[in-house]
Amino acid sequence: MPRRTDIHRIFLIGSGPIVIGQACEFDYSGTQACRALKDEGYEVVLLNSNPATIMTDPDLADRTYVEPMTVEVVEAIFQRDKPDALLPTMGGQTALNLTVQLAKQGLLEKYGITLIGASYESIQKAEDRELFKQAMERIGLKVPSSGSIRSKKEALELLEQIGFPAIVRPSFTLGGAGGNIAYNREEFEQFIDWALVTSPVGQVLVEQSLLGWKEYELEVMRDMKDNVVIICPIENLDPMGVHTGDSITVAPAMTLSDKEYQYMRNAALKIIREIGVDTGGSNIQFALNPANGELTVIEMNPRVSRSSALASKATGFPIAKIAAKLAVGYTLDEIPNDITQVTKASFEPTIDYVVVKIPRFTFEKFQGVDRTLTTHMKSVGEAMALGQTFKEALQKAIRSLETDRYGLISLHGLDGRFADASVDPVVLERIQAGIRTPTSDRLWHMADGIRAGLSVDDIFQISRVDPWFVQEIRELVEFEARWVREAKHCLGEPITPSMISPVPDSLRELCLVAQRLGFSEYRLTQLLCGDGDGALCRESTDQDEPGVIFKRVDTCGGEFEAHTPYLYSTFGSVCEAKPTSRKKVMILGGGPNRIGQGIEFDYCCVHAAMALRDMGIETIMVNCNPETVSTDYDISDRLYFEPLTIEDVLRIIQRERPDGVVVQFGGQTPLKLSVPLAHEGVTILGTQPDSIDRAEDRKRFSELIQTLNLLQPENGTARAPYEAHVIAVNIGYPVMVRPSYVLGGRAMKIIYDAAALDRYLEDTGINLAKHPLLIDDYLEDAIEVDVDAIADGERAVVAGIMEHVEMAGIHSGDSACSLPPYSLAPAVITEIERQTILLARELGVVGLMNIQFAIKDERVFILEVNPRASRTVPFVSKTIGFPLAKLAMKVMMGHKLSDLHFLARPPLSHLSIKEAVFPFTKLGVSDVLLGPEMRSTGEVMGIDQNFGWAFAKSQASAGMPIPLQGVALLSVKEADKTATFELAKRLRTLGFALQATKGTAAFLTSHGLEVTTVNKVKEGRPHIVDFIKNKDIALVVNTVGGTASQEDSAPIRKAAVFGGVPYFTTIQAAQAAVLGIEAMKRSPLQVRSLQEYHRVQSLSTGT
Amino acid sequence: MKRALLTLADGTVFSGLALGYEGETVGEVVFNTAMTGYQEILTDPSYKGQIVLMTATQIGNYGVTPQDAESRQVWAEGFIVREAASRMSNWRASQTLSDYLTEHHIVGIHGLDTRALTAHLRDHGSQVGVISHVDLNGDSLHQKARSAPTLVGRDLVKEVTCQNAYEWNDGTPPLLPSATLRSTPHPSSTFRVVVMDFGVKHNILRSLVDLGCRVHVVPASTSAETIRGLQPDGLVFSNGPGDPEGVPYARKTVQDLIGWRPILGICLGHQILGLAHGLPTHKLKFGHHGGNHPVMDLSSRTIEITSQNHNFAVHIPSPGDSGQPMGLQRFSTPFGDIEVTHRSLNDGCCEGFRGVDHPVLSVQYHPEASPGPHDSAYVFQQFVSMMKEQAHA
Repeated sequence: MPRRTDIHRIFLIGSGPIVIGQACEFDYSGTQACRALKDEGYEVVLLNSNPATIMTDPDLADRTYVEPMTVEVVEAIFQRDKPDALLPTMGGQTALNLTVQLAKQGLLEKYGITLIGASYESIQKAEDRELFKQAMERIGLKVPSSGSIRSKKEALELLEQIGFPAIVRPSFTLGGAGGNIAYNREEFEQFIDWALVTSPVGQVLVEQSLLGWKEYELEVMRDMKDNVVIICPIENLDPMGVHTGDSITVAPAMTLSDKEYQYMRNAALKIIREIGVDTGGSNIQFALNPANGELTVIEMNPRVSRSSALASKATGFPIAKIAAKLAVGYTLDEIPNDITQVTKASFEPTIDYVVVKIPRFTFEKFQGVDRTLTTHMKSVGEAMALGQTFKEALQKAIRSLETDRYGLISLHGLDGRFADASVDPVVLERIQAGIRTPTSDRLWHMADGIRAGLSVDDIFQISRVDPWFVQEIRELVEFEARWVREAKHCLGEPITPSMISPVPDSLRELCLVAQRLGFSEYRLTQLLCGDGDGALCRESTDQDEPGVIFKRVDTCGGEFEAHTPYLYSTFGSVCEAKPTSRKKVMILGGGPNRIGQGIEFDYCCVHAAMALRDMGIETIMVNCNPETVSTDYDISDRLYFEPLTIEDVLRIIQRERPDGVVVQFGGQTPLKLSVPLAHEGVTILGTQPDSIDRAEDRKRFSELIQTLNLLQPENGTARAPYEAHVIAVNIGYPVMVRPSYVLGGRAMKIIYDAAALDRYLEDTGINLAKHPLLIDDYLEDAIEVDVDAIADGERAVVAGIMEHVEMAGIHSGDSACSLPPYSLAPAVITEIERQTILLARELGVVGLMNIQFAIKDERVFILEVNPRASRTVPFVSKTIGFPLAKLAMKVMMGHKLSDLHFLARPPLSHLSIKEAVFPFTKLGVSDVLLGPEMRSTGEVMGIDQNFGWAFAKSQASAGMPIPLQGVALLSVKEADKTATFELAKRLRTLGFALQATKGTAAFLTSHGLEVTTVNKVKEGRPHIVDFIKNKDIALVVNTVGGTASQEDSAPIRKAAVFGGVPYFTTIQAAQAAVLGIEAMKRSPLQVRSLQEYHRVQSLSTGT
Repeated sequence: MKRALLTLADGTVFSGLALGYEGETVGEVVFNTAMTGYQEILTDPSYKGQIVLMTATQIGNYGVTPQDAESRQVWAEGFIVREAASRMSNWRASQTLSDYLTEHHIVGIHGLDTRALTAHLRDHGSQVGVISHVDLNGDSLHQKARSAPTLVGRDLVKEVTCQNAYEWNDGTPPLLPSATLRSTPHPSSTFRVVVMDFGVKHNILRSLVDLGCRVHVVPASTSAETIRGLQPDGLVFSNGPGDPEGVPYARKTVQDLIGWRPILGICLGHQILGLAHGLPTHKLKFGHHGGNHPVMDLSSRTIEITSQNHNFAVHIPSPGDSGQPMGLQRFSTPFGDIEVTHRSLNDGCCEGFRGVDHPVLSVQYHPEASPGPHDSAYVFQQFVSMMKEQAHA
């Protein structure tokens, strides 16, 4: 069947900001869909509030709306652009939920819009737990016994039938948000309350727990002729009870016989047909009782999912792209398989390697968060690795995580031991507890269990992890012990790195065995010398000898020749890398997503690849994050799906011999490698490692600032605790502290006194000798400014100046910001620009640079300089209409900014607000107060010609729409009271009723405002939190000073966040909100595509 | 860990570790891309004369289960895997793969670069190889590989077919306590089916029983006259090993029976039916072995994912080879017209035909699956329908 000709313009919905449970995998799917639909000649109209995505690049769609993802906005788009069809399956749960709302409100019918990819009925059937259960029963499949409830009373009645443990799942949420396992009645009631709030439709499923069953997922595709194929069976190493997004997963399924697999496959076919997903991909989850093979269906996602991204990268089958083509009428047999070129998409990939995905967590950023893994997702990213065997892939995945673990290191000081019964019973007990409770460390606890003499069966009994996996772990641990034993036998003790580099002949044979098992040189060295630093083998493998070589991912197990160089390293004898002799550049990606390093950097890497392709230069991408666009095999000429450690990267460089390596786009991950790579003689493109070091090294940086006669907050570097105290006293409290070489403000904190400094040093446990502590004067109430600039070695151009809405001291990734600035004096802007250019020249920046300034009393201080792509590059690019990362890549290849016609900061006739999105509700964070440590997972952009509207849009996109009426609750610190009066007056004028805590209320009343006083939490009930919980409050303004008042007021902010009440923790943000309310009351919502903004832009700049 | 060598007839040597029974074995090396079903593969009589290489890298994980055997013994001459599991994990399993191989005297090798070997076979074609645990001299093994016979023209059927005719009564056993998906109620009306055993897989027999057939299996050398004497309602020519040209006697028997009763041909049975109809067969470069082969049903234009295992094929060039869309093609034969019904989407290979005016249904792939997807189970139903029509005619 050829493509549909009755539709021309397709509306595509993205997934909005990155949140836990919905990350950049939907940029991967949206981008593939956009490209596929454009290739087919359709016009694409796109809505996504997340500017950091590739899919919102203006040249990927015809109309790109970076606007709030609300029904109101969609209707405005329908009116303007009159699309014929809507493809709802590419933007995760967000897109699906928005589509359901549109359908329910009759808007699809009203505007004559056809749903393609999935019908409303099938979405309902798959998403509504009750309908799904009925559908499964109709086709003879089992589902866990369950029922859905809409009130606590119903829940308690249902509990009688289901019993404990019981799973509580809200309907229509993503990442299993709000899902929990209850073991007793108290927990059950608590979880029901939360779930009822979390579900957008107030419906909650209570179901029987299949704790300990094995969990599987199948990725299924269907076309309109009812051809169905399975792309990949995935097996979870973690048994049921842990959300699949938080589980270690393995492809293909490892422990299913053909009989069981076919049974599951048949079930999947029946399910997709019964649910009626007409075209495209679906993900189906099964649980299997390991005792008797009993199978139950857990759930189905009638859309592209996180697992689809994983399955695509795991097999080389581009699920989203194919799904988009199926949605417009093609059948599977009409779509070619890009990798083999001779076969079609209508087949089932077979894989001749093993894929392991391990989730990445950032619990360390959130104090007091429960680290136990359960049915709602808590991880923020993931790393994937490929190897010929599970053991190899597992070890590669571990080092891809970048958690400073290069293997199954012992958490209990047992490295090198094996089945050792002499381990202290107390330690053994701790290990058993670690195996019993699923956390991000369970894998390592299992390894320690083996070391401490637990059997495979013991570990299976405690963890319910399939014995096959446990045995694999056992074999790795056993080898480690053998390695240590034989090395000691050959070399004596102690062993120093120089004794094993190069590897002595006596260990050569064993070293090959180690490589076959996927051991890194770092880990092997660490086992012998206690520290992994210092090279072990690091010698290139002779091509004809067995060793670590590269193989291709080809979808077909080698049956057909692979034409796409999608490569992974593995132990073998024949290398398939076949490097070309073209001019080539290697781009190092950002690795797994984490807070502080996410999709923005992938965006930059993808742009770098595009720019190089434009220039006819071969691109080699290296990354290990399966959610990304950069790991799509057609983004670069060659893709290496590999860990980003120095030894893994060097191995690729030895094979490929690139002309240069790009480290400035992937965030801190590749940046960390720049000095070691340069040390190995690798050419680093753009800004040189020495300049990077001048900016990163505090001492050299201070010298730089002094040389240029600029200002920075008074500061010092402490290499011991007493030094820290001396420096802090000399500077004067409050001070800002952080360890050197960090990203995302990791462990960064404002310290108000000496006791707090001690507590900080103790809590973080930083080894100051290894990571000196940076101490800065904290500029209270300063305005913070972010600048992105680009330089070609001669000329530097400021691309965007962003004024933070929150004051300095709040991490720039967490602060809302405005581009262009909305309150800075022209003279200050000129000065910022002058200083930026000066710094770029002095550092010899070639490529991108980001500077953070603090403005206090019109004086400009430099907080930090990052000679690399920053988190704001996509935001700035989309606002100003110039692709900065592409320009930077070209500059790095020798182009001049004058050749690229980028000579001055583009004037803007509109403005954009960037707002951060936080995982507080998903993680159950106890205090949501913002600070210097970054905690947001994603961002949104509000763009408009008017500041108020842009701010309002940004808040709506971030999921906290500003209210137009109701009660405003004010509780502010002393210093903010004067400013609060002005704010309160305007809120009153806008029709808000005012409530305030005692001090604030007294102040406002004394200035003639009508204010109701409410109790603080400590002052008796009903208090402020009661009012928030009862939804009597429309917005909260709560600013706090020192530690004590922060702790006092934490419940207020928590209640607001969890109750979905907009809250502002700075006066500046509250003022912006008031401007937003004023704008919304003055003029109606207007939407406009980026293409339209940029057309105006190019007219005004004459480019 | 004991070393082992694999040497191919073209002199290529792969070094690995010994697996299974200690010894030496020779056979044509073929690769199979199925990710599950190693036990069904090892026990498939069609692998007589062949050493099987699995492209999936972790083999043996779920052990070996007696009920999953596809015949009375292991037929593959040897087994090559990237990594054989040291521990099995499955509630049904009763033996590890390596113990099973040892018990059945199967010589294997693991720990070699199986993907490199696969690519070599893909590029240079299937060829004879020798696996040895005892002779680790590559040159000597090369000589052995070169002097070993190939599959071409050999009668391997006589080595795998049953000695005596027998009745088969077992249907598909329920796999799981909750199995409801594949259990088909036994219809009350029954047809008597004679299966010519060229190396039949048990699941063909079970699939027939599931549809209510009474199954009588006869040796490959059974004459047409004897078969007629059994008064069956339909005939099945089963799968089996090797070259269809190697069993001229079977072809003659088949020729005698075409048109008499409804016929279902599977795999080797299909090739023999092709030869019997006067169509040529040829050897494929490296064959089709796996569970993910897309086949188009040319009349409905739908696709089934099939289980395949063949090195030879009925040679009917596809119009698709010259860029034409694949469509139904008709040929006249001494028995009446036949129509190509199925083609491989991978290489256009003829995967099925039927008689236009005479009751013949023939498929190259394995509708009985085991291992592999169940998409093609309908073929057995079509065969039963053919018998019904014949009965009413």
